Amino acid sequence: MGFPEDVRYTSEHEWARLSGGLVTIGITSYASEQLGDIVYLELPEVGKKLEATKPFGVVEAVKTVSDLFAPVDGEVAEVNPALADNPALVNQQPFEGGWLIRVRPRNAADIERLLTSAAYQKLVEAQHA
Amino acid sequence: MSYVGRTREEERRMLEKIGVPSFEALLEAVPAGVRLKSGLGIEGPLSEIELRRRFGAWAAANEGARCASFLGAGCYDHYIPAAVNALAQRSEFATAYTPYQPEVAQGSLTAIFEFQSLIAELTGMEVANASLYDGATATVEAALLARHSTGRSRVVVAGTLHPHYREVLRTYLEDRALSFVADRGGQCAPEDVQLALGPDVACVVYSYPNFFGLLESPHALHRLAHDAGALAVAVCDPIALALLEPPGAARDGVTGADLVVGEGQSLGNPPSFGGPALGFFACPETLVRRMPGRLAAATVDKAGRRGFVLTLQTREQHIRREKATSNICTNQGLLALRATIYMGLMGKQGMREVAELCVQKSHHAAELAARIPGYRRAHEGPFFREFVLECPRSAADVVRTARRRGIDPGVDLGQFSEAWRRWLLVAVTEQRSAEEIERWAEALREAGEGAR
Repeated sequence: MGFPEDVRYTSEHEWARLSGGLVTIGITSYASEQLGDIVYLELPEVGKKLEATKPFGVVEAVKTVSDLFAPVDGEVAEVNPALADNPALVNQQPFEGGWLIRVRPRNAADIERLLTSAAYQKLVEAQHA
Repeated sequence: MSYVGRTREEERRMLEKIGVPSFEALLEAVPAGVRLKSGLGIEGPLSEIELRRRFGAWAAANEGARCASFLGAGCYDHYIPAAVNALAQRSEFATAYTPYQPEVAQGSLTAIFEFQSLIAELTGMEVANASLYDGATATVEAALLARHSTGRSRVVVAGTLHPHYREVLRTYLEDRALSFVADRGGQCAPEDVQLALGPDVACVVYSYPNFFGLLESPHALHRLAHDAGALAVAVCDPIALALLEPPGAARDGVTGADLVVGEGQSLGNPPSFGGPALGFFACPETLVRRMPGRLAAATVDKAGRRGFVLTLQTREQHIRREKATSNICTNQGLLALRATIYMGLMGKQGMREVAELCVQKSHHAAELAARIPGYRRAHEGPFFREFVLECPRSAADVVRTARRRGIDPGVDLGQFSEAWRRWLLVAVTEQRSAEEIERWAEALREAGEGAR
């Protein structure tokens, strides 16, 4: 399980990374381990408007299904094309090749409001306390 | 299903085992106000001979049982080979409600897998589910899937779809989401459908054959739907599909229907008194994750032996809760099993022969009726097994008169619309003998004479 420090986190276990004006969004390694083998992802189309804290997609594992929540307001600019054929990438490289979507944020500074690595790690530990 | 009785001694032992003083004590949870105060007033016990005589007399009082039936309108009287009843009662198929545990439900799961495969072949689609409640709810589920899949809301429905199915669509969907396209001469005209289309349309729903027994133009309707970015939903009769080109099949560069659903009662299940029914639902593989209902799949066990399980269960309510594809996550186990046995017994050739007999006999009946003064076919289009006769008086009167002659001459369409008061919807299956068809025509003649 990792908690990289170059991304921000939500309490719903998504991560967000700002780079070149776009926010890349994925789920944390903790989330992917909790879900188990991911078999399918239902992701929004390019151009779709997202609202922070609202569901934007669905992740389906062998025995469960979970909503994906938007970390920031914005518009979908890109969907990871590798996931359609290989959703397991989310399990294998949750913070890198297994990213889900890229969003053009309404306000790039919003990302600062998300949890830091340390805060998120604390939250995960609290759930296991 | 067999009925297994019990003796007083067995009853006493069962009650003793669970520590309850009497059977009545088990009913205490039911409010006293709604419980029977006295017994059911059933005499007996009767001997087997007496019992058979008594029940035989009651059964004989059923008018419908004595009548030669020309009823249809979505529920058909097809021959059911004896093997269907015999095999459907085998213990291998008697498993608990839901075959979640494949290790104890291989019989049910195998039958479901076969059912799915047969329906997929019959409809020309890639995947079929384990069945739904009935043709009407399968139609609604198809409309809902189309709405989710396209992100659009409006559903364009051929007015020639069964009135009951239209009612069920109205029950599920808000009025403004439904556009019904009026028929022309009993068929759905593609140019009328075109007028109803728009960027907010999720799907076009039509039936094949339609409520009046007539055939629509599937490929024209598919093309229109697809050009508008909508899905094409075909509501089909499986017996007709044994003869007609499956709507799922592409032809002349025109793609087939995206969803093929329908009522499967006609496959080895009796009409009873209009139910229970059997919905089927087929789609291409690309839509399988949005498909409602159960799905059985072939797999291998630890030792590499072929076996069957339920699959893609995360679509379903018991895992996905409010995000499930549908609130239906059961299937019509017994009826689907009977349909599977029926299709297996009949085979491609047998089902085709049944369908051909339906065409021949219904056309023969229509020709006979057209020669009776006062009667004429209400529509001109091609039909499969069923047609509408315009009667010289109300169809209700014709039905009443014919019943006295032991003939159920058809369904009085006046019950659906005042404009159809004189319309009789007549179904002629392979079950109707030439003699019965003669008697039917005779009954029509007699009923018509009173009107002139």
